[in-house]
Amino acid sequence: MSVEEIGFFLLATFLVGFSVLVILARNPVHSALALVAALFIMAVLFLTLNAPMVAALQVLVYAGAIMVLFLFVLMLLNPGTVERGSALAWGLTATAGAVLALELIGFVMPAADSVQRLPTSEIESRFGSPEALGLTLFSGFVLPFEVASVLLLVAIIGAVTLARRTKE
Amino acid sequence: MMVPLHYYLVLSAVVFCVGVVGVLVRRNLIIILMSVELMLNAINLTFIAFARALGSMEGQVIVVFVMTVAAAEAVIGLAIVIAGYRHRPTLDPEEMHLLKG
Repeated sequence: MSVEEIGFFLLATFLVGFSVLVILARNPVHSALALVAALFIMAVLFLTLNAPMVAALQVLVYAGAIMVLFLFVLMLLNPGTVERGSALAWGLTATAGAVLALELIGFVMPAADSVQRLPTSEIESRFGSPEALGLTLFSGFVLPFEVASVLLLVAIIGAVTLARRTKE
Repeated sequence: MMVPLHYYLVLSAVVFCVGVVGVLVRRNLIIILMSVELMLNAINLTFIAFARALGSMEGQVIVVFVMTVAAAEAVIGLAIVIAGYRHRPTLDPEEMHLLKG
């Protein structure tokens, strides 16, 4: 096995481990912290795939903003530890999840075989840089970009309206 | 020697299914939202892996949009959780039948 593969399997093990911890932890705060760790490992995986800009956004937006929001709500509501559900429910759902995983893997394997991964020498040096991302974003995706800004505006207004205390 | 594409796809499928199990089995709205974030991130990994394999930046642009939608979804989801918590202090989705006639 090459160094890259060893590194990948190390990252993959930690990623799956922290993901399982997210759904297993009794205390929601532990779930949130495990999710932060999983998102950081995901950012490192993005780096190994020549996507430094998206990796930076992942850390800033996900691990930074979204997870801080989750932790704020958790601290605000302070729900304490919760029941994890019956062993039967866990067994059934885990079986269903395993079947789904096998199906997905069977589905993506032929797709992966039909796509040959470009060797590093054929990838242009700017690939994944902020410049390349911006050029693609603003040359072919201007309308989706504008729609996304409207979506964010709607989300802001919706959150303010929902969280406002209504007068009885 | 580099890591082949299907390693990333299998990892992404496994993380996605962990998220699915979390949504199905947990009885806490905030953890369900976190599992949804996990699923969205698994899909992002697939997009980035294919973008790298095909040498095309478009997959990475899609990931930026997915992050935008995920942020909006988290904000609205948590706002609904807080609004519901005020009426009935529970995070259990089974207990949330405020809209039932």
